[in-house]
Amino acid sequence: MTLSRQEVEHVAMLARLKLSEEEKERLSSELGAILDYVERLEALPTAEVEPLAHVLPMHNAFRPDEPRAPFARDEMLANAPQALDGLFKVPRIL
Amino acid sequence: MERGGYEAVIGLEVHVELKTASKIFCACPNQFGGEPNTHICPVCTGMPGVLPVVNQRVVEYAIRTGLALNCQIAPFSKFDRKNYFYPDLPKAYQISQYDLPICRGGYLDIEVEGERRRIGITRVHMEEDAGKLVHLGTIATTPYSLVDLNRSGVPLLEIVSEPDLRTPAEARAYVERLRAVLLFLGVSDCKMQEGSLRCDANVSVRPRGSQALGTKTEIKNMNSFKALERALAYEIERQLDLLEDGGCVVQETRTWDEGKQVTLSMRSKEEAHDYRYFPDPDLVPIVIDDEWVERVRATMPELPDAARQRLQSCYGLSAYDAGVLTATKDSLDFFDACVALGGEAKAVANWMMGDFSRLLNQRGEEIAESKVTPAALVRMLEMVREGTISGKLAKAVFEEMYASGRGPDEIVREQGLVQISDEEALAPLIAAIVADNPKVAEDYRNGKDKALGFFVGQVMKATRGQANPQVVNAILQRMLRGTQ
Repeated sequence: MTLSRQEVEHVAMLARLKLSEEEKERLSSELGAILDYVERLEALPTAEVEPLAHVLPMHNAFRPDEPRAPFARDEMLANAPQALDGLFKVPRIL
Repeated sequence: MERGGYEAVIGLEVHVELKTASKIFCACPNQFGGEPNTHICPVCTGMPGVLPVVNQRVVEYAIRTGLALNCQIAPFSKFDRKNYFYPDLPKAYQISQYDLPICRGGYLDIEVEGERRRIGITRVHMEEDAGKLVHLGTIATTPYSLVDLNRSGVPLLEIVSEPDLRTPAEARAYVERLRAVLLFLGVSDCKMQEGSLRCDANVSVRPRGSQALGTKTEIKNMNSFKALERALAYEIERQLDLLEDGGCVVQETRTWDEGKQVTLSMRSKEEAHDYRYFPDPDLVPIVIDDEWVERVRATMPELPDAARQRLQSCYGLSAYDAGVLTATKDSLDFFDACVALGGEAKAVANWMMGDFSRLLNQRGEEIAESKVTPAALVRMLEMVREGTISGKLAKAVFEEMYASGRGPDEIVREQGLVQISDEEALAPLIAAIVADNPKVAEDYRNGKDKALGFFVGQVMKATRGQANPQVVNAILQRMLRGTQ
């Protein structure tokens, strides 16, 4: 199976990836191969199987509603490429 | 095209921030405002390798809300990731609920112009709020944006209605009613101006009687009840204009421009988001058994509809008065506190809906912020009943109570506002006024009853409103007849 060029472009756009023509070509078949592999699951009889929401056999992992001291602002901003007046600085968003 | 032949179809998505102590997936404090980026940690800023853990109170508030909105509480629900890129969303996905929300299939009854309508609730789900962008200068010229993540991870409920609303007035009534319920539940403070209650609308129009839905638009950025009503009215007219001109409605997202009072296109369907939802592997499912639901049900407070009925049947208040007093939890609590202290229900209601609410509106304050206590209001009403102060003086006393927070006894004593009921004190004063106005006295004796009012007014003026009007009336009638 090959993914159509349009599908590759759509997925690239959603992931904000800029692909060259050659990459689009290559990904069409590579992504297609991955989907083929996953499609093998279709062969299994799953009519009687409940959909799985989580791989761990667990539920209700909660914490009580008790606040703790947040991190120091300087520490939180330490890894930011740019900061100004205690705020994260990012390219302009329209 | 006959406009009367068309109707609007409106569905609302309401987001409310929950009033928990900590955020939904980390223990950072959940507080409005604060210095930028001072309520954050690696979890709510999306640092690599961190794990979210659900705040149990968020689940309980969601169950409480679902029960109040007559929903089924899902025995099994889960969290999903909603993927999109925006700098106020540090993980590049929002943790939300997609196909298995915590509550489904409820309703909320509203009343518009005396007509009761039942509005379906499609679902209620839990999710996290995003941060806030701060722009320097104008959005068009600023070279960069600044991000404050204090709000990132604040717990939200999204409450989605069925497309059951037909007019802007119904939409407003629905949000007002929903807000009242949420305030009574104590799950959110629901301040539209601060963004703790936000509302988006889906709007379309169709020929009356048609079952099919027209093409809809989504309206955002309505930050007050008035904005909600106006934006919907504008959008319905805009869609009808398009159809009238032989055009058609384009499916798109539009934003309400409060300054220009119009809706403007934000993005079309082609640019619409493809969120690629999938179950969040960091969070295990939520299983809610009947016992948990019943435990929450047992702690449910009285809701607005029940309170309104109680006020009508226990105290004989009108449906209108009961509706106004139960519009907020604080207002009902104040009323109940006054009655518990021995206040006469009707008098308490009149003062709360009259002078008290006028002063609150003037100053833009909420009843909970006011310095007037139930005990002070009840004491003031007692002084009116005992005749210590007149109803007119009470207004001045109340204004002073409102302004300073002092008790009525103190104010009355200090300002010498005590009502003069002593006949011996009033009689000479009244005699002098009658003597000064022989013509008016003559008129009264000739059957002109209105002349009495003139004398009462003069006496009130002379005593700075402190004379007891009943006593004045009695003395005047006796004097005017007696001198005949």
